[in-house]
Amino acid sequence: MEFFRIKRDIPFMSWGKYTTTISLVTFLLAIFFLATKGLNLGVDFTGGTVMEVGYTQSVDVNKIRNTLSALGMSDASVQNFGTSSDVLIRLPAKAGVSSAKLSETVMTALRQSDNTVEMRRVEFVGPQVGEELVESGALALLIVSLGIVAYLAFRFEWKFGVAGIIANLHDVVIILGFFAFFQWEFSLTVLAAILAILGYSVNESVVVFDRIRENFRKMRKASVAEVIDNAITRTMSRTIITHGCTQMVVTSMLFFGGEALHYFALALTIGILFGIYSSVLVASPIVMLLGVSRKDLVPPEKKIEAEGLS
Amino acid sequence: MNHYPLWKYLIILVSVLLGLLYTLPNFYGESPAVQISPLRNTAKADGILLQRVEDTLKNANITVDGTFFEAGGIKIRLSDADTQIKAKDALQSALGNGYVIALNLLSNSPHWLTNIGALPMYLGLDLRGGVHFMLQVDMKGALSKALDRYSSDIRGSLREKKIQYLGLDKEGSQITIKFRDVESRVKTEVEINKTYADLSFREQDTSNESHLIVSLKPEVLKRIQDSAVQQNIVTLRNRINELGVAEPIVQQAGIDRVVVQLPGVQDTAKAKDILGRTATLEVRMVDEEHDLSAALRGQVHFGSELHNERGGTPVLVKKQVVLTGDRINDAQPGFDNNNQPAVHIDLDNNGARIFKQLTRDNVGKRMAILLIDKNQTEVITAPVIKDEIGGGKVQISGSMTIEEARDISLLLRAGALAAPMDIIEERTIGPSLGADNIARGFNSTLFGFTAIAVFMIIYYLMFGFISVTALGVNLLLLVGLLSILQATLTLPGMAAIALTLGMAIDANVLINERVRDELRNGITPQAAINAGYERAFGTILDSNITTMIAGVALFAFGSGPVKGFAVVLCLGILTSMFSAVMVSRGMVNLLYGNRRKLASVSIGQVWKPVSEKR
Repeated sequence: MEFFRIKRDIPFMSWGKYTTTISLVTFLLAIFFLATKGLNLGVDFTGGTVMEVGYTQSVDVNKIRNTLSALGMSDASVQNFGTSSDVLIRLPAKAGVSSAKLSETVMTALRQSDNTVEMRRVEFVGPQVGEELVESGALALLIVSLGIVAYLAFRFEWKFGVAGIIANLHDVVIILGFFAFFQWEFSLTVLAAILAILGYSVNESVVVFDRIRENFRKMRKASVAEVIDNAITRTMSRTIITHGCTQMVVTSMLFFGGEALHYFALALTIGILFGIYSSVLVASPIVMLLGVSRKDLVPPEKKIEAEGLS
Repeated sequence: MNHYPLWKYLIILVSVLLGLLYTLPNFYGESPAVQISPLRNTAKADGILLQRVEDTLKNANITVDGTFFEAGGIKIRLSDADTQIKAKDALQSALGNGYVIALNLLSNSPHWLTNIGALPMYLGLDLRGGVHFMLQVDMKGALSKALDRYSSDIRGSLREKKIQYLGLDKEGSQITIKFRDVESRVKTEVEINKTYADLSFREQDTSNESHLIVSLKPEVLKRIQDSAVQQNIVTLRNRINELGVAEPIVQQAGIDRVVVQLPGVQDTAKAKDILGRTATLEVRMVDEEHDLSAALRGQVHFGSELHNERGGTPVLVKKQVVLTGDRINDAQPGFDNNNQPAVHIDLDNNGARIFKQLTRDNVGKRMAILLIDKNQTEVITAPVIKDEIGGGKVQISGSMTIEEARDISLLLRAGALAAPMDIIEERTIGPSLGADNIARGFNSTLFGFTAIAVFMIIYYLMFGFISVTALGVNLLLLVGLLSILQATLTLPGMAAIALTLGMAIDANVLINERVRDELRNGITPQAAINAGYERAFGTILDSNITTMIAGVALFAFGSGPVKGFAVVLCLGILTSMFSAVMVSRGMVNLLYGNRRKLASVSIGQVWKPVSEKR
């Protein structure tokens, strides 16, 4: 079986104008939603308490809300979680209230109204811990970005490093944009997914860049655009198949991973889809825009032969 | 061209066998067990204890599936959870307070596997259920406590030396002593220099007053902080022992934080209560005027109390407290002049003065050091006063082992928290959620793997099958490696296993596509295989390194569950490099390498464009 029967190189580079416009628009939209709606940060980052409780049968969320209001926690958010018998309670961080006692108080009250309630999970994060997690998350993002630029610059050339990271940060911003638009909860695991995607979709750019370099050696007479078009065309089937395979696993996570892995898998899905697009249609035009040339990658003749042997 | 030397095949074979061996324990599952470990180093887990345990269980009609000696404890395997609870209760009442009796799980894998260190993966709290706390030590509180002690000591010294002073104030991290004249200030400086090596001071004279500003030296400040955290950790460990948790983790995190993890604990209220309580240490005199046997019959003299010494001997102790634990600066195990094990206690100035008085008046009598922890009083030690003790250096010796000396000094130090602590993070996972999470992680991996396998085999035929086998080896090696390293497996870690599988197949897709590409160019199959693998390797390396950068950064900056994700991601990249490149190549070589006239390879249809003539 062979999915991709491409007769001629696809002139991707001549579409540069359109792809750049599309990217720019989605990117700006993502920024717009991030700015206006903001991320729905999870308890990991904001601090506060999250409790997941399970009942034996479906439960009236309003009743729980009333129970909590009676405790003076009218600012609690109560919603169903996954099934109608599971409930997620969020309590904002409050100064002066001993967090340790908070979850106990809530559980006691819930047990009084219905003793089948079972405590599934409690997460409490103090405000200072939340701040630190935001800091270290941002730092991790920065370090990963710099590390990747440095690696690509070392392995190829600085133009590739810059193009690769722009393309992939563009993915990151778009994922964040989705999370802002739909107000999905942004937790630590989602952050982990985003960083993993950053490392993963750079692979994509690396594969294309590798081909570009190879083509610069082989296709001595071709123009830069032709070289890049050929590189993209020839790696296309691998790109789609690889991403398809990764997506199979991620889809399996989306269906079987439960609530805990839901947003993690969702972030990966968006990252994978946009990763294909951006590494092909964003990274390469940027490389061209930055004025990559044969000289940048192909060292003087002698060296080529030495490398050719390896 | 497509041959591997024997050693490469051997490496593949050995690593697959090792992977199998160390993955094996994960399939056996676990059965309920009760773990018995002595609370203090002095009590040993030995044959006598084992005999007692076995007798107790026999009397309670509980059948045991097996007993295991381990470093510092005995584990008893039981058939089901009900027997487990029954056994725990029976042992608790029979053995008493000197032992921690905890519910635990024991791997069902055979002995020989355990003996070579093959254990199941170490599951994180989100998979097995339990509580995770992060506590912040209040350093300001610790320092202020220390400063309080110093200011009262300095007051005492000034009084003793009859130096006139106007006042002594504690402000923030320093103490200001005010004098009317420079002369008394200078005298004080001399005194402080002599007695208080930990303090530094500077002078500040105003028009009519002369001030001396005393503060702690930076190295002392650091020492106080370090020892506060250390002491709190020791105290927490002691308290957690009471909870009967099988494998508690108490460790320092950062400069001023402590992480406590209690697997399997559901009663968080009790856990929080025990972690937050304050214990006190008291020195009192032993009541030797009244009859102990009368007291044992219930006629306790009104000025005294009956308490048990460690080991169970009852002691009649006076109610009057002569010294409290915050007068103890330090307690260390060591040896006395006769080279016998001893405990060296260092009292602060005030304590030293009181102690000097106490010992002078009571030579030949016994004093008792009590630990009062949540209405439970225990006599740590009750030594006889041999001589008057001045200078605040106290030594308790005689009839104790080195281990006892260590225990006692630990208890003296750890009687109370050195500084208050706040819970700044809590994560509690119920047992049902833990089990659900395992199933979710497992199913995600299983179905993801199956989908990839089906697709790869349909699309690449034999090469697809080889790729999938390599992927299977990758999974095997990854799980084996995680079991060997006993790295904590969390739910994000399980997600990372699934994800690395999805990403690892990339290497094989790259190779297979490259081989097809070469075939398309019209090279012979053997050459195409060789070229495909060789050319793809550079790309595989590059792309894995970038993912590795992300993994390492996640590990460095991530916390808790994210760290678990990062560990698996990084390990997965390493195993996938090995399996995708070396294992799959090995299989291809075995299959095709020996055929001299290889006409075609089973890699699916290789489509050639018709318009080649162009």
